[in-house]
Amino acid sequence: MPLEITHLFGLKGVSREDIDTILDTAVSFREVLDRPIRIVPTLKGVAVLNLFYEDSTRTRISFELAERRLSAEVVSFSKSSSSVSKGESLRDTVRNIEAMKIDLIVVRHRSPGTPRFLAAHTGCRIINAGDGEHEHPTQALLDMMTMRRHFGTFEGLRVLIVGDILHSRVARSEIWGLTTMGVRVDVCGPSTLMPLDMRGFDVTVHHDFDRVIAEYDVIYMLRIQKERQPAGLIPSAREYTAMYGLTKDRVKRMSPEAVIMHPGPINRGIELDYEVADSDRSLILEQVTNGEAVRMAVLYLLSGRSEQ
Amino acid sequence: MSLKDLLIQGGHVIDPSQGLDSVQDILISDGRVKAVGAGLRAGRAEVFNAAGMLVFPGLIDMHTHLREPGYEEAETIHSGCEAASGGGFTAVCAMPNTSPPTDDAGRVRFILGRAYGAMARVYPVGAITRNREGGLIVEMNEMAEAGAVGFSDDGVSVANAAVMRNALRYADMLGRPVIAHEEDADLDCDGQMNEGALSAELGLRGMPAIAEETLVQRDIAIAGYTGTGIHITHISTAGTVSLIREAKKRGVRVTCDVTPHHLVLTEDCVATYDTRFKMNPPLRTTQDIRALREGLTDGTIDAIATDHAPHYIEQKELEFIYAAFGVTGLETALGVVHRELVATGILTWADVVRTMSYNPSRILRVGGGTLNPGGIGDVTIYDPDAAWTVVPGLMKSKSKNTPFSGWELPGRVTATVVGGVLYVNNRES
Repeated sequence: MPLEITHLFGLKGVSREDIDTILDTAVSFREVLDRPIRIVPTLKGVAVLNLFYEDSTRTRISFELAERRLSAEVVSFSKSSSSVSKGESLRDTVRNIEAMKIDLIVVRHRSPGTPRFLAAHTGCRIINAGDGEHEHPTQALLDMMTMRRHFGTFEGLRVLIVGDILHSRVARSEIWGLTTMGVRVDVCGPSTLMPLDMRGFDVTVHHDFDRVIAEYDVIYMLRIQKERQPAGLIPSAREYTAMYGLTKDRVKRMSPEAVIMHPGPINRGIELDYEVADSDRSLILEQVTNGEAVRMAVLYLLSGRSEQ
Repeated sequence: MSLKDLLIQGGHVIDPSQGLDSVQDILISDGRVKAVGAGLRAGRAEVFNAAGMLVFPGLIDMHTHLREPGYEEAETIHSGCEAASGGGFTAVCAMPNTSPPTDDAGRVRFILGRAYGAMARVYPVGAITRNREGGLIVEMNEMAEAGAVGFSDDGVSVANAAVMRNALRYADMLGRPVIAHEEDADLDCDGQMNEGALSAELGLRGMPAIAEETLVQRDIAIAGYTGTGIHITHISTAGTVSLIREAKKRGVRVTCDVTPHHLVLTEDCVATYDTRFKMNPPLRTTQDIRALREGLTDGTIDAIATDHAPHYIEQKELEFIYAAFGVTGLETALGVVHRELVATGILTWADVVRTMSYNPSRILRVGGGTLNPGGIGDVTIYDPDAAWTVVPGLMKSKSKNTPFSGWELPGRVTATVVGGVLYVNNRES
């Protein structure tokens, strides 16, 4: 079934049907990944550009592998944002690249809204691989796939996202995607790392991790960026860990069936204890494998090939 | 060299300074208003038929960025004045955040020299502090003597309260206003739009209303304490309106202006990351608009000013966080005010003249604001029934970053008169 969306800017406003289609397609691609020869001819002749204006290792590798496994033609372009102002404008860069006949652009950029900007200035289909502090839809989709595979259903699922909600594109996509699927999502973290006005999110805000941790099936830990402390948003990493780190002791308070997830990369010892990240409660490596499957699904569904 | 007399015949004259709201003729001679009355004899004067049109004392924009020197790709003094004339302004205040900034008398004289032959009067505004850095105050006396009408570090606030206190006292001694841009830079750090539920959703760093209000509060306190005057420019929040209303009640000598875009557009315009709506102060909420309109009608807000901020397309068609702040405004201000405030019954034409001509002339202590005989011969002639559609490509400004692209505006400026010289608006649309 083709998607209603033509670009993947984010998960806000994406329908339940589209999310189901993406996740179902991802499940079939996941089977490809479990075969000895992990390649299919699905996107032969489709040209994909990976446009990464912000440092990224795992997302870029995951997309590139997904593209190659679908037999797409892959071009990757990485440039740190700091040099952008000196060089050619993004509009000129993409117009030039488009003239080279590109079908799909996967973009990561510091500035929220850049995927829309590219859609407005090119005829390409756009996949958002993270736009500033706005959205990171494929991360949320792979997390949703991981949850659905683990629990068998979204029904009755309760997810707690812990950490820096204010600056997190993962949190936004997670909240909108999971809420659309009927999952109860709440957030937990220090007040200074929460947006002041959260009317746009249907979540309850908690500040006392210990008091609420037992109520959730998924404890989703966000990475805490080191620069938040000098910015004065948290007094110290030490205090943050004491209040919001998932320590061995805290894991004991989790509900017996509950699991731990993290979008990576992990700050071991800050938001996640060393042993906790590797424990059998953790689905972190499962998330990574599903990431490839989800990206294959999104690339395939947005390439237009599924409609032919 | 002698200028021909000009008779503006049969227009509907709106001049609250002398209680005029009726069809009158206006005779201008030697660059000054010579007579206002019905059935004036033309004699050898050139006659401009203004039948069916509104005739105002020339509009004065208290807040214009002409970009020269330094950013001539975006605007020049001449192109900005042509845009001003097309929008009905006979005078504009050239803000000092040029490159180099207007922070000494020589630079004031440079601007006035470049303005020679332009289609509007240019009133240079000097910086408050050298290089607009918030440290040492400029040589205000020498600059005022050279022609600076006021002082502003517009674009940034004077962060240091002691510097502001000194600047207000020094400028007040000279009878020149300080025009204050009120924004706490730390609270607005990396800010891209109004802070609220929408900024949280869009993942854009917020610019909270308190960034403006805390500085407004500080500067009202300083002005009240020192007994000096202060003009606060481009106010944008409901809280600021309350603070200024209350200060005026207590007798603090505070005046302020608001832009047309802050009176009609909300932050919702930013929802698709359209950089044409990225500006500072940011577009706020419907509640703020309501408060600003109340402030206009009850006299809390003295003036409407454009904050015309032209930007070269390369500075604007960028990723949202890299795009420049600001919108053009000279050519749309009167039409937008007509459509949104006059046609809706919020303001009368007399209110428009008060806020766009009379009050600015009094705050800046420059001529104009009235068509009283003896005053300067600056007139705006407006056809309230000549609707047009805003097409950026047809603007006279060198820059096209208008937030009103595609808007139908109900009337257009037919001509302006500056010191007796007639400029007929030849807009092709």
